[in-house]
Parts: sequence; C-alpha cells; structure tokens
Amino acid sequence: VIASLSLILLCQLAGEAFVRGVGLPMPGPVIGLMLLLCLLLMRDRFALLARGPLQGQDIERTGVERTGVESASRGLLANLSLLFVPAGVGVVQKIDLIVNHGIAFLGVLAISVLITLAATVATFILASRLMTRGEQRP
Amino acid sequence: MSRDPFSLWVYLAQSPLLWLTVTLFVYAIADAVSIWTHRHPLANPVLHSIWIIGAFLHLTNTSYTTYFGGAQFVHFLLGPATVALAVPLYENRKVVASAILPMLVALAVGSVTAVASVVLLAEAAGLPREVVLSMAPKSVTAGVAMGISESLHADPSLTAVAVVLTGIMGAITVTPLMDRIGVTDFRARGFAVGIAAHGIGTARAFQVDTVAGVFASIAMGLNALVTSLLVPLAVTFLLR
Repeated sequence: VIASLSLILLCQLAGEAFVRGVGLPMPGPVIGLMLLLCLLLMRDRFALLARGPLQGQDIERTGVERTGVESASRGLLANLSLLFVPAGVGVVQKIDLIVNHGIAFLGVLAISVLITLAATVATFILASRLMTRGEQRP
Repeated sequence: MSRDPFSLWVYLAQSPLLWLTVTLFVYAIADAVSIWTHRHPLANPVLHSIWIIGAFLHLTNTSYTTYFGGAQFVHFLLGPATVALAVPLYENRKVVASAILPMLVALAVGSVTAVASVVLLAEAAGLPREVVLSMAPKSVTAGVAMGISESLHADPSLTAVAVVLTGIMGAITVTPLMDRIGVTDFRARGFAVGIAAHGIGTARAFQVDTVAGVFASIAMGLNALVTSLLVPLAVTFLLR
C-alpha cells in the first residue's frame, strides 16, 4: 500500500514540478494523472516495468485481485465524496452570501443544472447513435 | 486529567485531531445512511456532512481556519485522488476510446449550455451584474472556477458557493432525471453529470457505476479546460 501511495504521490509531484517549471495554466495532478496512465500503458508493453506497485495481475487471467496501485486508487476513489467535505464546509460558513441573494440564486442554479444535464446527455446519445448508424451503412 | 473541562475543550478545539475526527466521523455516518438507503439521491453524503459540520462549527463558535487545520489532511487527498483517476481510465480505455466522438460533441454542447443557461437565467431573474459574473463558471471544479471568477473581477467566494451548490444539486438530480427521461447508457449519464456538476457529480457517478464515474471524470477535466476559454467569450457576448 505504501509503495502504491508513493507512486501516486510521485506522479503528482512530477506533475506539479512540470507545471511550475513550464508555467502551464493546468493543475499539477492532471499531469500526474497522464503520467500514471502512461506508466500503466507502458507496463503492458514492457515486462520490465511490471513490478512493485505496477505488478498488476489480471483477475480474469490469474484469479487474483489486482494489487498495487490499482487497489490503492480504488480505495481513494471509493471515498471521493469525503474529499469535498472540507471545502464544502467553507461554503456553509458563507451562508449569508446565499441568503442575501435569496431564492433567485438557488433557482437559477437548479434550473441551469437540469438544462445542462439534459442537453449533454441528449447530445451524447444522439452522436453515439449517428456514429453506430454510420458504421453499419458501408 | 484537567480539572476544568473548558480548558480541555479549548485545548482540543485548537488541535487538528478533533476536526479531522469530526470530519471523518460525520462523513462515516452520512455515508452509512447513504448506503443504507441504497444510495438514495437525497441521502447525498457530501450535502449532509457539510451542513452538520457547519452547524457544529457555528454552535461551538469555531472559525473555519481552525477547522481547516484538521480537515486539510482530507482536503489534501484531492490531488492524489485526481492522479488515481488514471486507473479506472486505464481499465476502461477501450470503452472510452470508442466514444471519443460523442464525448467531443457532448462536451461542446454541454459547456456552452452550462455557461449560457446560468448567465441568461440570472440576467432574467434580475440578479446584479457582479453576481451573474460570479455564477458563470459554476459548472467547473472549484479551483478553476475561482480563477475564472477572479479574472472577470467577480467575487471568487460567491463563485465557490455557486460551484458547491451546483455540484450538490447535480449529484442529487442526476439519477431521478436520467431515470425519468429513460437514459440507460451509463457513459452518457456519467458524462452529463461530469459536465454539469464537476467533482461532486463525479463522486456520485462513481457510487452508481464505474463506467459512469470514468466518463464523468473525463467530462469534468475537459469542461474545466473549455470553460476557462469560453466564459470570458460568453460574458462579452451575452452581457452586452
């Protein structure tokens, strides 16, 4: 577990360093994500990398649950909601800002969320249907 | 043992231990209730944790700075969790690769809708200009949204409020809405909630379905990118 967490932190650290060094307007962890993704993809290509937290055994092939960085990541993401609590509590402290602008503020946000959800999901489904139809025709 | 219970409280209230414990304990209960109700949308663990902890801080007259001294250890994990998103992305890479086109089209429509709908509705509701500007980036993750808000000379803390409220509203409404309109494609459901409700929506998506979670996290990332380019443009066009 420690080795897997170290690998995740190492990717984040490299991401932060890269972003600072190059001066990209991007969060460091996003670069870290891409780095870890590249490592996982390369692991499948080169057996040399498949050790320690990257050993990754396929559950279908060996019957063993994936270990290493996979299980550590799953643990982190299973509790993703928890990580938004500290920032969320900060918002409760600013409740007077909401009270000042009243119902209109909440109503506008709620309607906008519903419109956005509906528009995005409809576009996605339409585009994916058009795509499969396009593939079937020729 | 301290003879004065108040001095014990003063000591504990200043230590990170108490506030870290409170954060984890309240969340553990909220999450248990959420599981017990089979992840009912209204039992959203983020929503209930933040108001309970917020009320507790208010009752004990504790400042947010003191609270954050303990809660920062949890907040810190957002970075590693972002890196960890690489794993489900990697495991579902074939599903993702086959859906690149629908994702790009939905991204374009979704980002524009998120910004335009809130700006137009807020204008129609007669909210002051500064509030409208602060609400414009509400569908992207808090850090990016506050940066956009700052560059518009709006109020970043009001933006943070709008972002968190949007996230919670999206996380609560997505399941009933999608069931209502009969969408069974978890790629589309996840992608929509990632666009509309950033990380809090993504966390909800991971609770429902891993594929939905993967698509939500991709949508969240892409939307942060597009929205930071789009908002300044949209604001000049829509608020003439």
